[in-house]
Amino acid sequence: MTMPTRRSRNVSDRSDIAEHLATVPQRDEVLELGMWTFLSTEVLLFGGLILSYFVYRHADPQAFLAAGRETKIVIGTLNTALLLTSSFCVAAALRAAEHEQRRTTRALLGLAIVLGLTFLGLKSFEYIEEYREHLVPGVNFARAGENAHGIELFFIFYFVATLLHAVHVLCGIGVLAVFAALATATIARSRYVAGLRTAALYWHFVDLVWIFLFALIYLPGRSS
Amino acid sequence: MSEIGRPPPRTWRPPIDLVICWIALLLLLGLTVVLSYQPLASLNFAVAMTIAAIKAGLVAAIFMELRHRSGVVRAFAAAGFFWLAILLWLGLMDFLTRT
Repeated sequence: MTMPTRRSRNVSDRSDIAEHLATVPQRDEVLELGMWTFLSTEVLLFGGLILSYFVYRHADPQAFLAAGRETKIVIGTLNTALLLTSSFCVAAALRAAEHEQRRTTRALLGLAIVLGLTFLGLKSFEYIEEYREHLVPGVNFARAGENAHGIELFFIFYFVATLLHAVHVLCGIGVLAVFAALATATIARSRYVAGLRTAALYWHFVDLVWIFLFALIYLPGRSS
Repeated sequence: MSEIGRPPPRTWRPPIDLVICWIALLLLLGLTVVLSYQPLASLNFAVAMTIAAIKAGLVAAIFMELRHRSGVVRAFAAAGFFWLAILLWLGLMDFLTRT
């Protein structure tokens, strides 16, 4: 048996474990627990926003239905499908990495990045449309009638929540790009897979937040 | 170490559980959009949130692999949502009970 060197594709796992960790499975679980702890803070970040949505919606339900009708459901639905598909790509990329299919991993991560960028492109187009339709509070909001104030509150929530989400998508794309670049690099397989698994959790979480934002933003008021 | 000499399989297909989950998510997306156009009065909101919760559950269980995780990881994952439940429950208590 030859000792592995840094040059070989699969360097020893033992050398990749920090001193305070005993085993590879322990390292992997610690990584996941760390990411879930971070995601808990993210749940509460978006949770606070969603609480404010419910409070204002309760105060003025008709305005929120009218505001929901003003959103672009075709773009919203398409964007949801893009994010769901990108999540599938990342989940599949992780499985491919677990089976040492590094080129497939890189291709799937690349596809997920393209889908994420398309999501942001469509979102930007949607913002431009909303600007043209005078729906941006504080910039050029112009609606009259008894629902006007409630519609403005809805769109404040809309812009804060979707911009915050878009920042998360952008960060996620950056993280995925790093893992796509490292896919064929000289890193112990188990270490790469553990890192990718943690990154994937973040990407899926961004998808999860969007699932709820979609239901709260695009679906109200469609039946009336 | 022994993996260096082992040739990787020639073809790789995406795991069937992920494919089924992805198709189910897209079908649920179509369903929630179609149902949102049906006049169900106050049920529209309940239907939209229920389908969103099912989609989130699929993502968490299958894409995030929580179904294969130990109790500790699941507890960490559930913690944030437990706190969120407290936030929404107590935050909306007044509105839900006021007549």
